[in-house]
Amino acid sequence: MSVERVLTIGVLALQGDVREHRRALERLGARTREVRKPRDLEGLDGLVLPGGESTTIARLLHESGLWDELRERGREGFPIYGTCAGLILLAREILEDRPEGLGLMDITVDRNAYGRQVDSFEADIEIEGIGPFHAVFIRAPKVVRCGPDVEVLAEYDGSPVLVQQGRLLASTFHPELTDDPRVHEHFLKLVRA
Amino acid sequence: MASAEAEAARGTFRVKSGLAEMLKGGVIMDVTTAEQARIAEEAGAVAVMALERVPADIRAAGGVARMADPRKIKEIMDAVTIPVMAKCRIGHFVEAQILEALGVDYIDESEVLTPADPWHHIDKWRFKVPFVCGARDLPEACRRIAEGAAMIRTKGEAGTGNVVEAVRHMRLMNKQIRQVVNASDEELVTLSKEWGAPLEVLKLVREQGRLPVVNFAAGGIATPADAALMMQLGCDGVFVGSGIFKSEDPERRARAIVMAVTYYNDPEVLAEISEDLGEPMRGVDVTQLQPEALLQTRGV
Repeated sequence: MSVERVLTIGVLALQGDVREHRRALERLGARTREVRKPRDLEGLDGLVLPGGESTTIARLLHESGLWDELRERGREGFPIYGTCAGLILLAREILEDRPEGLGLMDITVDRNAYGRQVDSFEADIEIEGIGPFHAVFIRAPKVVRCGPDVEVLAEYDGSPVLVQQGRLLASTFHPELTDDPRVHEHFLKLVRA
Repeated sequence: MASAEAEAARGTFRVKSGLAEMLKGGVIMDVTTAEQARIAEEAGAVAVMALERVPADIRAAGGVARMADPRKIKEIMDAVTIPVMAKCRIGHFVEAQILEALGVDYIDESEVLTPADPWHHIDKWRFKVPFVCGARDLPEACRRIAEGAAMIRTKGEAGTGNVVEAVRHMRLMNKQIRQVVNASDEELVTLSKEWGAPLEVLKLVREQGRLPVVNFAAGGIATPADAALMMQLGCDGVFVGSGIFKSEDPERRARAIVMAVTYYNDPEVLAEISEDLGEPMRGVDVTQLQPEALLQTRGV
């Protein structure tokens, strides 16, 4: 039996639900590190962009010097998983141009497309290769366009909610808010691939 | 077969507390105009609190402080894409119904406004919109959570620009949480009785070693150092009320406080961003306030 190397996954800790992602990853046996500065990226096997406010996180990415660093690494195939705000930041195109995205994934995103907080919801979805999954959507964005290299792993109500492009993964829902580890597990597989 | 749409569950506690989780590590700023809301968003606020007047002005004006004019709240909602919160009076469930109908993202049942019910807080379980409530200590926080609050903030002493009361409330909560974590089953029942804190919520606190919902600092935060202090004491984020728009250079101060909440553990960054921010709000010595001028003793 081969022993798998322990992965070290960064969680962007500029703002958002960092603790929940760290907990999910650590339960799967990964080490985690909070990333606030470019030097925090050294030696990481992958990175999670958490849920939060995309305008706030985008602003702090610029202030911290992480913006250029992440763009470069993302283009070189560094594995990144973004949830909600994280998905917005990965997108090539964001409707109304607010905020600017890192442009790593060939998707177009409509922020807060489901409405305001009273329209936030939980629903059961079906994920390709994973199966039924209970998903929590909070002021969720909608993916309104996917490029040819983007694989849609799950949809809800006709819109993609989990997408993958190479070693980039993004969801409009928050698996870190439930105890189901399977989406994070899928990301760790991408990291090892 | 029912459509996928029909199976969606809205207004669940997970969805309500979930939005608060997304606000963590962020700054929620009081604003009174659409213009201020845009400045706050641009500076990196995670949400804004739409108000008729900031607490320092409410304190100065006296009289009865009520929910803001719906038109003002709508203008602010139209101006920004970040979540918009608004305050209603303690126990005034009709103001809360109005705010829910307007579509605000969070309601602050707030001691900063004049309480409307001498005995009761709002039954927050009845609403789809989530509520944040102030607390001075753990028992108060537990009572609010039992009433359905999905987020807690320290009360501090709003409109003073003086952080001492927020520190007092956070220190007290931390101490009481340690007490709960170490309590045996019998001791927990006694604490529940002595404190007037619901046992079920105390059990959650013991299980998790923390409040079961997100806990922000509020009431007197005026500088980046104040914000970082509250974060180091264990808060999940901060509300800044009068501290920004009552200062000399609101834009700069707002940006600096946002940075301070992210880099709260990094004194070098804090030194850099604290430089040259102009005059902070003047502030009030809380010990000089008459007991009836205190906002924190309202609605306990």
